[in-house]
Amino acid sequence: MTTLRAIMIRELRLARRIGAGAGLGLVFFLILIALVPFAVGPDQKLIGRIAPAILWIAALLATLLGLDRLLQADEDEGVTDQLLLAGTPLPLILLVKALAHWLATGLPLAIAAPMLGLMLAIEPAAMLPLTLSLLVGTPTLTLIGLIGAALTVSLRRGGLLLAILVLPLTIPTLIFGVTIVREAAAGRAVATPLMLLGGVTLLMVVIGPVAAAAALRLARN
Amino acid sequence: MDLAPPPAPPAPAAWMRLANPAVFNALADRLLLPLAVLTLAAFAFGLHGAFFASPADYQQGETVRIMYIHVPAAWLAMFAYAGMAVSALGTLVFRHPLADVAQKAAAPLGAGFTLICLLTGAIWGRPMWGTWWEWDARLTSVLILFLVYLGIMALWRAIDEPGRAARAVAILTLVGAANLPIIKFSVDWWYTLHQPAAVFRIDGPTIHPSMLVPLLVMGLAFLLLHLVLMLLRMKTELALRRIERLQIVAAERGGAG
Repeated sequence: MTTLRAIMIRELRLARRIGAGAGLGLVFFLILIALVPFAVGPDQKLIGRIAPAILWIAALLATLLGLDRLLQADEDEGVTDQLLLAGTPLPLILLVKALAHWLATGLPLAIAAPMLGLMLAIEPAAMLPLTLSLLVGTPTLTLIGLIGAALTVSLRRGGLLLAILVLPLTIPTLIFGVTIVREAAAGRAVATPLMLLGGVTLLMVVIGPVAAAAALRLARN
Repeated sequence: MDLAPPPAPPAPAAWMRLANPAVFNALADRLLLPLAVLTLAAFAFGLHGAFFASPADYQQGETVRIMYIHVPAAWLAMFAYAGMAVSALGTLVFRHPLADVAQKAAAPLGAGFTLICLLTGAIWGRPMWGTWWEWDARLTSVLILFLVYLGIMALWRAIDEPGRAARAVAILTLVGAANLPIIKFSVDWWYTLHQPAAVFRIDGPTIHPSMLVPLLVMGLAFLLLHLVLMLLRMKTELALRRIERLQIVAAERGGAG
């Protein structure tokens, strides 16, 4: 437990000092959202319709940005070897690292979502479901990304490959997440997509760290 | 008292003996010719059935014949992935060297079948639906499968050392195998949510035996073709690895001398 807590504190500190912390993440979302009216025109109705998609794609992009350094920095500095020797199960360590990454990317977006949603003209009734969908769904993006980061850890320029490996696997999360907001805006029940989204996340909590740990171990053999 | 002689070590199972490239090559050489002949025969029979012997569809006319290429390609696109997933288990669990080679051989073949499926689907969609591409659940799923294949191939190219590449790809393949059903389900679900006004029916009510028989024969032909190409690609890959090893040995000798 102490090991895990130490790793957690270290990750959060790193995130803050490198400047990939929550504040900068929010600025990134704000910029993305400011770009949308320029791209599609200042049509409030149209923007309202595509708003869930914009927020979810922003979440995907923000998750991808930090991923290629998520494990690589540790690999370069020899930290991974220490973690392997630590005696704490590697999947647990990776789960903690993923949690720290999510705290710096997914969580700020979920918290800021109602405000960003106002700017994007989302129906007021859909605000809470929007926040919920991001809270439940964005951990999956990090956990799938964790697998990709572990697979490409030894590559110098793995960023593009990482995106190609990871993005197809995020499709279910995107579908269920956007559907929740859309159904809520139309005044329909959101329990089914929300539960499906949660199911995918729970599955990824299991698969993600285990697969990533296997990839890290097998890479050094 | 006399001691029982120590038990002889068990003879390695047949599938373990195949780890020896020479054994595999010998087996592949013996299989290749008969399989190739069978493939040609199946294609001759199947294509004849598909293009001449079978009737045109009462709704779709002659364009229905695209089905005899399109549908088997879709089957093989999925079959190749299943084969890759089994090989991935062979790589991770048994460290079977041949499983690495089989994985590597299957990826471009699967991607090729998926591409054939997508292209023939577009060609078929143009006269039937009036559009080359429709964001239909099945089309979208196959497109995603294609993207997953491309990702796997990219990972193969990105990691130099064959053993490490094989293990990384094996993990990706298995993660993909766990995810593909979920993706398929979610895409179907997404599509029924966005059901367009006009519902397309690709196939008529049910398929008539006069069309089913050529379709199944074509499926068999595609399967045989896949096996022949697999064996050839595996032989090539083994030869490439041997060349590389020999080059390294030669370079070391040259450096020493």
